[in-house]
Amino acid sequence: MAGLKDATAIVGIGQTSFAKHLPEDEKTLACRAVVAALDDAGIAPGEVDALASYTMEDTDEVELAKAVGFGDLTYFGRVPYGGGGSCATVAHLATAIATGQATVGVAWRSRKRGSGPRPWTNTAVQLPTPAQWTRPFGLLRPVDEIALLARRYMHEYGVTRDHLFAVALACRNRANQNPAAVMYDRPLTRESYMTSRWISEPLCLYDNCLETDGALACVVVSRERARDCAQRPVYVHSAAQGLPAQHHGMVNYWTDDPLTGPAWTAARHLWKHADFTPQDVDVAQIYDAFTPLIPLSLEGYGFCGRGEGGAFTEGGALETGGRLPLNTGGGGLSEAYVHGFNLITEGVKQLRGTGTAQVPGAATCLVTAGEGVPTSALLLRS
Amino acid sequence: MLEPVVDTDGAPFWRYAALGELRVQTCADCREPRFPPRPCCPHCQSFATTWRLTSGRGRVWSYAVPHPPLLPDYAARAPYNVVLVELDDAPRIRLVGNLVAGAGAPLGSLPADRVRIGAHVRAVFDGRGLPQWVLERP
Repeated sequence: MAGLKDATAIVGIGQTSFAKHLPEDEKTLACRAVVAALDDAGIAPGEVDALASYTMEDTDEVELAKAVGFGDLTYFGRVPYGGGGSCATVAHLATAIATGQATVGVAWRSRKRGSGPRPWTNTAVQLPTPAQWTRPFGLLRPVDEIALLARRYMHEYGVTRDHLFAVALACRNRANQNPAAVMYDRPLTRESYMTSRWISEPLCLYDNCLETDGALACVVVSRERARDCAQRPVYVHSAAQGLPAQHHGMVNYWTDDPLTGPAWTAARHLWKHADFTPQDVDVAQIYDAFTPLIPLSLEGYGFCGRGEGGAFTEGGALETGGRLPLNTGGGGLSEAYVHGFNLITEGVKQLRGTGTAQVPGAATCLVTAGEGVPTSALLLRS
Repeated sequence: MLEPVVDTDGAPFWRYAALGELRVQTCADCREPRFPPRPCCPHCQSFATTWRLTSGRGRVWSYAVPHPPLLPDYAARAPYNVVLVELDDAPRIRLVGNLVAGAGAPLGSLPADRVRIGAHVRAVFDGRGLPQWVLERP
C-alpha cells in the first residue's frame, strides 16, 4: 500500500505580522495569510480544493472560501485539542491529496489571542469534565495544569530551573535574529529569568509563551505538482497523530505514568514510517507553550532517554551549532504564539535555506504540535 | 469561588462528598477503580458500577502555587497551594485539591512552603461538600 512518505510537499507559506494587538479582525488576518501562502506557491486561489484547520479556529471554511475565491472544495476537515492539532492540519491535507480526494490543500490558523480574551477567564462555558475535578480548587489556567506535571518532573528527574531557562533562552536568542518576532529587540538574561514574577510555581513569566495576534497558512500539493511550483518543495516525509490510551489531556493525572504524554505515541508512529532517526534531525521546531514541554518532548520523540530531557538542554545543545537547534524563529515563547503554526512555517523556511537563524545545510526537520494534549507531528525534508 | 459543574457521571462523587465520604467509582464486575468517573469500565467494558469508600488517606504527588492573574476570588487568596494527592487505596487516582490548615479553613490557609512531595495527607470536608486535605503530621 502506498503511504504518505514524501507523497506530498509544502510549497507555499504565508503569515501576517505578529503583535500583542493587530487592528484587523481574525477573518481578515486569515485571508491575508492564505493569500500570501498561495502567492508564495505560485498557485491561483481558484485551484484550492481542500482545507484543514483547528476546531478552535473561528474563521470557517465558507467565509474563507468565498473571500479568497477558492474553487469547488472536495475535502475539508478540522482537528481538535487546540495546539495539539497544528501538524495534523498538514497531515490531513497530505492524506487527502495522497489518496486522491483533493489536489491543492490550504491549512491555516488565525487568532487574536494577544488582544482577545484568555479562554480560562470564561466561567460561563466550561466543559463539565474534567473541570469539576480541577477548577473549584483554583487550578484555573493551562499553566497551573502544566505546573503540577512540571513540579513532579523536576522532583523525579532532577530537572532544574536552569534547564527551563536554557529552553527560554534558546528561543529568545533566535527571536533576537528574527525581525518578525514579537521579542526581536528584547534579549533575555539569566538574571531577568530568575528574578521574574511567578505565574504558577515552579513556572515563572518566561516559562510561558507569548499572547499574540497573528495568522499563518501553508499550501500542500502532491510531489509531482510540487515540481511546478514557485518555491523549492519541502516534503512531508512522515506524519502522525497521538492520543495515548487512558490519556486525560492537560490534566493527565489519572494514568500509570502522567509524565509520558502524547509525544511518545505520535513518535512511535512517526519514526516507524521514516527513513531516518532522531540522530539525523538537523533542526527541530518543538511546541513550546510552556518551557517544560521541550525536555518532555525531547524524551518523547527519542532525542534522549527517559528523564534525560533536562540534561539534554545543557551546554548550548538547543542553540545554533548545538546538538539540536530549536525553534529557530523564536517559537511560541519568543516569536509568536499562534497555536504552533509558526513552527510549521519555520520548518519550511529552514529546509528552503531561508531562515533568519539558518542552520547550514539543514535537510531534515521535526515539527511537533502541543504536548500534554492529543498531539501531532511532522518530519519534513528537503 | 467556582463550584463544581457536575455531570451525570460525576454526580455520585459529589453526593457522597456532601455526606463527608470520599468514594471512588469502581467496576462492579472486575473491581477496578477508575477516575474521573465514566459510563463504562475501560478494563472489562462493564456498565455496572459501585462507589467504593476510601480511607481518605494519600500522599502529595505534586503541587503548584498559582499567582495572579487569576479569577478575582482566587487572586484574593493567592499565592495558594494546589496539591495532587495520590490515594493510598488506589495509586492511579490522584485528586486535585488544596492542603489547608484544618477542616473548613480557606484556600491558602497553609503556607506553600509547608507542602512537600511525598507528605502524608488526609481528606476532610469543608461543609459545602468540597474535599480538602490536611497534613497527617502538621
